[in-house]
Amino acid sequence: MSTIENVSRRRFLTGGIIAAGALVLGVHYYPKLSSGDKLPHDTNADRAKLHPSVYLGIEPDGTVWIVASRSEMGTTSRTTLPLVLADELDADWKRVKIEQAIGDKRYGDQNTDGSHSVRSYYDAMREAGATARFMLIQAAAKQWGVPATECETELHAVVHRSSNRRADYGELASAAAKLPIPKTEDLKFKPKSAWRYVGKGEVSYDLEALVTGKAVYGMDARVDGMVYASVERPPVLGGKVKSYDDKEALKVAGVRQTVPLDPFRPPPAFQPLGGVAVIADNTWAAFQGRKKLNISWDNGANEAYNSADYKKELQETTHKSCKVARSAGDVDAVFTKGGKTLEADYYVPLLAHAAMEPLVALAEFKDGKVTVWAPTQNPQAVQDIVSKELGISPNDVICHVTLLGGGFGRKSKPDYVAEAAVLSKKVGRPVKVVWTREDDIKFDYYNAVAAMYFKASVDAKGKPTAWLQRSVFPPITSTFDVNAVYGDPPHLQQGWTDLPYDLPNISIENGPAKAHVRIGWLRSVANIYHGFGIQCFTDELANRAHRDPLEYLLDLIGKPRTIDFNGVSYPNYGASLEAYPWETGRLRRVAEMVAEKSGWGKRKHSKGSGVGIAAHRSFLTYVATVVEVEVNDQGEVRIPRVDTVLDAGLVVNPEATRAQFEGAAVFGTSVARSGQITATKGAIDQSNFQDYTVARINEVPSQTNVYVVDSDAPPAGVGEPGVPPFIAAFCNAIYAATGKRVRDLPITNYGLS
Amino acid sequence: MIQLKVNGAGLSFDGDPEMPLLWYLRDVLGLTGSKFGCGIGLCGACTVHVNGQATRSCVTVMRDAADKEVITIEGLEKNGLHPVQKAWMQINVPQCGYCQVGQIMQAAALLNSKTRPTDDEIHEAMSGNICRCGTYQRIRAAIKAAAGEMA
Repeated sequence: MSTIENVSRRRFLTGGIIAAGALVLGVHYYPKLSSGDKLPHDTNADRAKLHPSVYLGIEPDGTVWIVASRSEMGTTSRTTLPLVLADELDADWKRVKIEQAIGDKRYGDQNTDGSHSVRSYYDAMREAGATARFMLIQAAAKQWGVPATECETELHAVVHRSSNRRADYGELASAAAKLPIPKTEDLKFKPKSAWRYVGKGEVSYDLEALVTGKAVYGMDARVDGMVYASVERPPVLGGKVKSYDDKEALKVAGVRQTVPLDPFRPPPAFQPLGGVAVIADNTWAAFQGRKKLNISWDNGANEAYNSADYKKELQETTHKSCKVARSAGDVDAVFTKGGKTLEADYYVPLLAHAAMEPLVALAEFKDGKVTVWAPTQNPQAVQDIVSKELGISPNDVICHVTLLGGGFGRKSKPDYVAEAAVLSKKVGRPVKVVWTREDDIKFDYYNAVAAMYFKASVDAKGKPTAWLQRSVFPPITSTFDVNAVYGDPPHLQQGWTDLPYDLPNISIENGPAKAHVRIGWLRSVANIYHGFGIQCFTDELANRAHRDPLEYLLDLIGKPRTIDFNGVSYPNYGASLEAYPWETGRLRRVAEMVAEKSGWGKRKHSKGSGVGIAAHRSFLTYVATVVEVEVNDQGEVRIPRVDTVLDAGLVVNPEATRAQFEGAAVFGTSVARSGQITATKGAIDQSNFQDYTVARINEVPSQTNVYVVDSDAPPAGVGEPGVPPFIAAFCNAIYAATGKRVRDLPITNYGLS
Repeated sequence: MIQLKVNGAGLSFDGDPEMPLLWYLRDVLGLTGSKFGCGIGLCGACTVHVNGQATRSCVTVMRDAADKEVITIEGLEKNGLHPVQKAWMQINVPQCGYCQVGQIMQAAALLNSKTRPTDDEIHEAMSGNICRCGTYQRIRAAIKAAAGEMA
C-alpha cells in the first residue's frame, strides 16, 4: 500500500535546506508492498529476489532493475532518475536495467510535465537506493559475523576491509530479502563527496536504440490482429456530425468500416472530439478512406470565432482596469501626477506543440478490460479518461507507456488514447489511431494567446516609480470548466505575479477571456508570453533612458532579497517557499554571469548586428540569456551566438541539462520567428509544416553555450525554463540591431524572417 | 506486381501502387525505424535511401519504388554501427530521438557525396529534416565528427 511521508521533516543534501516541494504536490509516495497486494501488472523489479521498493529489484546474478515511472520524451528523465537510485545504491550502472512503469498510482503522480520529475522524485529514488544498500550491508554483516557498522559498499559490492571480505550484491540479494525493510530514519545517505553519478550524469539509457531505429515509440506499437483508424473530427470545437455518407470511403481497398464517434460533453477536458473514424488494414488505407467521407457538420457556437477579431477584444480588455493579482503602493496616484510615462501593448498568438511524433495510440478492449500502448506523458490520466469513456474501473485500464516522439505538454492530454479505446470496443479488435500532422496541428490544446499592456512612470534616471502590467488570455482551466475566464494562480504565477523588481508602486492585473479552442500547457506555458512581455518592456525602458540594458535590469531587480508573497496567491510551482524561496540574488547572479560569459559590453557590433539580454525564473530555475543577432537589409535574421546561464539548484545530469537548454533556444526560435496559430470561423487555419513552420538547422543559433551554476540548493526544473528568456533576449537583440521593437509575435509581423 | 529490394532482400508487392513507400515499410514489412512525421515530405523523419539517394518515403509511391534498391536504418550498416550512428552517440545527439533516424539517413547520404561538408553544405543538405527538440547544433557537430571518421 502507499504511504505518504512527511518529507518536510527530512533534511536535504548538505543539511539546512528542506525539500518540501513534493509534499505540497502530494506526489511523494514511498509505497511498500505487503504480501496481500494484488498488482494489475507486475514488473521485473516486483518479481526480483530483493525488492524493497516499487522502484527497485535486485536479482541473484546482480542485475538491478530500476523502474522508470516518468515518461521519456527527450528530457532524459528515464535515465536521470534511475541514476539517482543507482548512485545511492552504489550500483554499477552497467548492471542496471531500466524498465518502464505502466500507469499505476503506487508510483505517485506520473504526469511528466511541469519540469518536476527530478525535483519531486529525487528523494524517492535516493530512499529506494539507500534502503537496498542498508539491507545488503546487514545481510553481509550477518553472514560474516561482523558489525554492520564495520561494513561499507563499493561498486556493486559490500566489503569488510579489516578482514578483506567482499560480496557482490547478487550474492547477497537472497539473504537481504529475508531481512525487514528499514525505517526511513535509520537510512544512511551517501555524502556528496561519494556520489558516483549525481552531478556527473550519463547519456540516455536508450541512446543506441535511438540511433538504430530500434526504439519503440507509440507510432511503432503493434499487436496481432490490430486495425488502423483515422478520424475526421469536427473542424470547429464543439461541432457535431449532422449526417455523413461513407459509400465512397468503403470502396477504398483496405477500408473495413466507418464508425461515428460521439461529440464531447462540455467542457472538453480529455474527451474525444467526436467525428467519424475510418477503420482499415493499414494506415494509408485509413487515410485514403477518410478523404472520401462526405460529412455534413453542425459547427455550433464557436463558428463565430475569428482570431483577428479576438485579438482586438483581448487588447481592449487590457486597456481597462482588470482584476488585481498583486500590488504594492498606489500606481494610480503616481500616474495621475503626470510626468514621464511609457505604455506598450504586447501580444503572443496561439501556439501549437507539433511534436515530431504525431498523436497515436493503440488500444485493445477485451473482456471488459482495456490494454493501451501509448506515447503518453500521463498514463494515470489515460486510465481515468478511458475508464470514464467505457464505464469501467480505472484499474481495468492497463496503460503501457512507450517512448514519446516529443511531448512538450500535448501528450499529457490523452484525448487520442481515449479515441483508440472507444474504437476498439466498437470494432471488437485492437485499434491503432494514427493522427496526421494536419490533425495534430488543427486539434491541439494550444498555448493560450495573450495580450499584455504595460505602463510605467519613470524618474529622471528612467527608473520606474510606478509599474502597471495587465495580461488577458483564455485560461487553461477553460478546458476543464466552461465558465473559467480568468487566469488561475498556477498560471498567473508563471512570470507574472512574481515580477522580481524592487519598485515602490506595482499593479499586476489579469482580465477575462473566453476560450474558443482547447487551451493547454506547452513547454514553459504562460512564461512564454509573460517573460516576453516583461523582459522586452524592461529593455524598452532601458533604451528610452539611454542606459545599458543589463545595468538597468539589475537596477530594477534591486538588492538580493527573498520576495515576500504575503497576501499573494503564489503556488511556487507546487513547491514550498521555505524550500524554494524566490531569491532575487540568484536571478542577479545568472544575469551577471551571462554578461561575463557572453562578453557583454565588450564586443563590437557592426551595423545590423546586436545583442539582447533577458533574465527569468520559471519552474524554480533562474536563467539569464544573451542572444546575438545579425539582420540584413532584407530583414533576414541570423543568430550567430547564444549564451545562457542557469541556476537549477542541484543538477543531477549536467549533460542532459545542457541539451535541454540548447533545445530551448531552438524551441524559442520557432516561437519567435514564426509561431502562430490563427482561426477563421472557428476552424484552425494552419495544417502542416508549410504554414506552421518550425525552426530548421539553417535558422537556429549557430552556437549555444550553456553554463550550469554549481549549487547546493534543492533540484529545480530544466526542461522548460530555457525558453522564456531566449525569446525576450532574441527580440531585444533585434531592437539593438535594427531599432525595430518586436511587441507582437512572431517577428514576421515586422518584415523580419 | 511491383518488384523492389529492401535492405538487400528482393520483395514483391501487389497492393495499391499509390501507397507511399513509408507505409509499405512500416505497416507491411514491420520496419518501423523510418518515421511518419508530416506525410508531405516537409520534415524528413521518413528519410530512406533509394538507389543511394536520400528520399522522403512518405511521398514516394510504390509505383516509383519499382525495381529500386531501398535502404532503411535497419539496413544502413550490416555489421555494428555506421560511422554516422557512432558519431551520433559520441556527440550524444538525440533527445526524444524520433527524427534522428531520418537525420542519420540524410547525413549518411550527404557524406557519401561530400567527404568534408562545410557548414553551408550541411545546412543545405539537412534543412529538410526537422528536429523539434532542437538538437541541430549537435547534428552539425556529429556530421563533422563522422566526416573525420569516414575520410
